[in-house]
Amino acid sequence: MNEALTLLSFGEGGWGDTIARGILVTVSLAIATLPFGLILGFLIALAKNSSEPSLKLAANIYTTIFRGLPELLTLFLVYFGVQIGIQQGLKLIGFDAYIEVNSFVAGMVALALVFSSYASEAFLSAFRGIPVGQYEGGNALGLSRFKTMRFIILPQLIRLALPALGNLWLILVKETSLVSVIGLADLVREAGIAARVTKEPFLFFGVACLVYLVLAMISSIGLAWVERWSKRGEAAR
Amino acid sequence: MTAATPASEAKRPPAPPRRWTNTRVLGHVLMALWIVSGVSLVYYLGSNVASPFVLKYWPNYIDGFLVTLQIVGLSLLIGALLSVPIAAARSSKWIIFSAPAYGYVYFFRGTPLLAQTFLIYYGAGSFRTELESVGLWGFFREAWYCVIFAFSLNTSAYQAEILRGALQNVPKGQWEGALALGLSRPVTFFKVILPQAMMVALRPYGNEVILMIKGSAIASIITIYDLMGETRRAYSRSYDFQAYIWAAVLYLMIVEVLRRVWDRFELRLTRHLKR
Repeated sequence: MNEALTLLSFGEGGWGDTIARGILVTVSLAIATLPFGLILGFLIALAKNSSEPSLKLAANIYTTIFRGLPELLTLFLVYFGVQIGIQQGLKLIGFDAYIEVNSFVAGMVALALVFSSYASEAFLSAFRGIPVGQYEGGNALGLSRFKTMRFIILPQLIRLALPALGNLWLILVKETSLVSVIGLADLVREAGIAARVTKEPFLFFGVACLVYLVLAMISSIGLAWVERWSKRGEAAR
Repeated sequence: MTAATPASEAKRPPAPPRRWTNTRVLGHVLMALWIVSGVSLVYYLGSNVASPFVLKYWPNYIDGFLVTLQIVGLSLLIGALLSVPIAAARSSKWIIFSAPAYGYVYFFRGTPLLAQTFLIYYGAGSFRTELESVGLWGFFREAWYCVIFAFSLNTSAYQAEILRGALQNVPKGQWEGALALGLSRPVTFFKVILPQAMMVALRPYGNEVILMIKGSAIASIITIYDLMGETRRAYSRSYDFQAYIWAAVLYLMIVEVLRRVWDRFELRLTRHLKR
């Protein structure tokens, strides 16, 4: 027991700081992905919700692809695909260089693609929960389409979509672990390095799992708070 | 005054031409992009069907595909068996049963599958002497068994929640009605409650199967040559990006076919609910 605590301590002979750095990378990757995934997902939901069939179809193809591919494969496609794409592009204009894509950015792009396709479904079902009268009311008040969306639809949409988005956030945090495979020093990778050096794999991977659990707990507390915040208008009634 | 023209001669006014609104233009541009990329993908794959890469690695892809199906099938089956006692314990009134089951489900749903797989595959090495003394070391030494073990535990937690949710969804009156008819508890459960619960559970079960297929790609990281593993091996040997493109096409095909089949299946099983 004491041995384990020494291994997990900070500073000399301990792996605490390594693990902490890994946690920081995991959390920052998830947080950096979130806004892109949300905005992209919202735009795709708008497209799916539009009355224009071609736009709807284009959005549906997007979600079919990124919900059907394994996340790991999406990650490799982005990581190696972008790398090869840039190299081919440079070759065309006469440069012959070896380009390495930043694994953090590749992970962000891949996770945002996956997250947005799931988030678009969450937003879409929220859109269906908003009665047409809300749009008509906005119209009757003389608000522009943008203002109707911003001040009337969006606040209700967030409230309706929040439970599903909360689940997606928890899934996103777990999926960041895949980025360790393309070499980003996240929690799983740092735990793996510590495990290999100290020959205590169970301890370090167990700690990694527990950290993910703690992150999930903190997220649930945060989500409960956001949900209360989004419903603050209802309490007055 | 002439008589009104007969209805057969009255022409319906032509539909107003659909205007090229911004959304319509955007939709057409995006669709054009998809069509161009789809056509170029098909052209690219078509021109590579007889390439040395495909000729060399095609059998490996078939093998990998079969391994993926085996992993997913076995894990889902074992997980389904495990999920029954877990769901029962989870909804038990006694806290000594419900608390551990809750912890189990929370752990396996709250941590990444990758970390769980590492915990079991690499973590087993920490208990080598203990495992050797019980004779289980041979089991945990093999990546294949570890993957099946980890995936089964993972999916059992998800399936237990699906099962519990579906069973709770059946109204209490169904139990009482069966009791009033004098049916025994097992008969009530298997003939009255379970069929109704399964109808609710069908969709989440389908999602779980798809999640498992996608999640099984993780097995490739601990040296299992499933579809993803074969893909990575082919890429590392040939540095040919089409390795990943073929894998993407294969995975998309599996998932899409499964989704459609499952939809049909659900439609068939719930056809009596149609109005």
